[in-house]
Amino acid sequence: MSTLTQTSTEHAAAAKNVALRRNRWASSRTYISAAIIVIWCLLPFYWMVVTAFRDVGYTFDPTPFFTHVTLDNFATAFSSEMGNHLDRALLNSLFISGVTTVVALLFGIFAAYALARLNFRGKFLVLGLILGASMFPGVAIVTPLFQLFTNINWVGTYQAMIIPNISFVLPLTVYTLTSFFREMPWELEEAARIDGCTAGQAFRKVIMPLAAPAVFTTAILAFIAAWNEYLIASILSNDATQTVTVAIASFAGSQPHQEPYTAVMAAGTVVTIPLVVLVLIFQRKIVSGLTAGAVK
Amino acid sequence: MSAQAGPDAKHGSANSARGGNKGIKEVGADRKEKTQGRSATLLIVPTMVVLAVVILYPVINAIIMSLEHDQGLDPVTGTFVAGGFAGLSNYAHWLFQQCTDPSGATVSCPPGTLGAQFWGATGVTFFFTVVTVFFETILGFWMALIMARAFRGRSVLRAAVLVPWAIPTAVTAKLWFFIFAFDGIVNTVLNTSILWTGSEGPARAAIIIADVWKTTPFMALLILAGLQMIPADIYEAAKVDGASTWQRFKLITLPLVKPALMVAILFRVLDALRMYDLPAIMTGGANGTTTLSILVVNQIRIGFNSAAALSTITFLIIFIVAFIFVRFLGANAVESASGGAKGKIK
Repeated sequence: MSTLTQTSTEHAAAAKNVALRRNRWASSRTYISAAIIVIWCLLPFYWMVVTAFRDVGYTFDPTPFFTHVTLDNFATAFSSEMGNHLDRALLNSLFISGVTTVVALLFGIFAAYALARLNFRGKFLVLGLILGASMFPGVAIVTPLFQLFTNINWVGTYQAMIIPNISFVLPLTVYTLTSFFREMPWELEEAARIDGCTAGQAFRKVIMPLAAPAVFTTAILAFIAAWNEYLIASILSNDATQTVTVAIASFAGSQPHQEPYTAVMAAGTVVTIPLVVLVLIFQRKIVSGLTAGAVK
Repeated sequence: MSAQAGPDAKHGSANSARGGNKGIKEVGADRKEKTQGRSATLLIVPTMVVLAVVILYPVINAIIMSLEHDQGLDPVTGTFVAGGFAGLSNYAHWLFQQCTDPSGATVSCPPGTLGAQFWGATGVTFFFTVVTVFFETILGFWMALIMARAFRGRSVLRAAVLVPWAIPTAVTAKLWFFIFAFDGIVNTVLNTSILWTGSEGPARAAIIIADVWKTTPFMALLILAGLQMIPADIYEAAKVDGASTWQRFKLITLPLVKPALMVAILFRVLDALRMYDLPAIMTGGANGTTTLSILVVNQIRIGFNSAAALSTITFLIIFIVAFIFVRFLGANAVESASGGAKGKIK
């Protein structure tokens, strides 16, 4: 390339200049577009955090940066005197999503292994059923479950929310894990066996460390899916077993008969920040997990 | 660039692994298939049983419930759609807006009752679905094209895109409710005084904007994954042959990304058809924003059996849409999930 330019005619140099300018224009266009996307995605989130730290009296202050900073809203969000049990709701959500994730993984790992690794008849049918199950509308099962749980006095219990959650978290787990497992270098297992490992050793020392990131990523996706669930929890929970999403939707503020925007934004921040941090740390893994079932 | 190289390298090894397996399989194919079939059954049955308990059982239950209502009522037979089996009055209640007046006679549902809202809610649901998925596809495609480019700081872009996705929909609803509040930032910036959640047009617009914000990233990432499966040398070859940017997009990108795009649209359509959280929290279903899911939930509090019929209808609608997508528009989620699409593209 360099020798070419050195020996080039003026004409070629001019052409190169044009190309360069066009290149620069293209790359600055890329940066402008990227900046627009970043701002569009982050601005509402940023506005939530700014409002969360803003004094109630300045709720509608349009200043775009942190002003009138206070922690009062967080106090309101956790204030049980005002009827906000965000702490309890957080624990409820943690428990419900945690159990849902663990149960889904316990069953899903085996199914995904079979779907990714073994040849058997009806594989397509099973995959189709599982994908179909993940697209299943929550309202279609919530009616009979509500009646059933009313009859056996389960409304408001944890299991009343965990069981329906399984219906969409388990399929998600299976198809995400399946596509992760399909991409794993399974020939290493055979190599380990040839080198004298027992089946158990090969599994423990070779397969487990390889599969751990896949399982972990799937666990994050499953947990987020369960954590974000609202419809089922809004119908099947009671005051004591309310999840965070339900709690935030029915929030009480410091002034009665006033929408407690700042406190809600504070609660939203509390609920969201851990997820955002988690997602940013495991960004690349999560993206591949998210798109795994659909495209790969 | 490394992000692109990573998965590609993995694909390579996965393919070779599959090739290797095939070689081994041919030696004792019959026996291997049999034993694999047996262990596959053992591994898969628990999951299928769990899914049957949490999905199939409630659905069958819902269908039975939906047929049990109003046994004493003599249905106006002849006008019913499919079947002809007894006790379809709950379905007629929704589909033909038939209510029972105090004397026991069948009348058309008075306006304002839930029964009268079915077709309205269906229309609203499809309206939201079409509009949100349309904008999400356009915006998502654009985002994916930007994210696919190699430039410094690309990881910042990809991280930012994940933020709306990670925020719970309930929080998203509250956040946009605040943004669209009467004294909120949108009215301040635009210098307007619109009651966003107070009338039909603005309420729908607010919900659509919130939904597009929340779910476009998911769409973009699915499309991006599809874009990255297109080999770069095709573009190089087209460039050498003198294809313009637009030609490259129209003749290479679009057709090759189509399988992934169709699956992404299918996923989003099915998700949008069951939309509940955003309208339920932002407007409570008021001002022409009652979706089918909201109608079901409202009905659950009044009567189980009609609710069961309505949820069955909702399920059937979603099922039919999915069927149309897979059958006629070529969105083959199963095939691409099992690696078929990849094989086709390469």
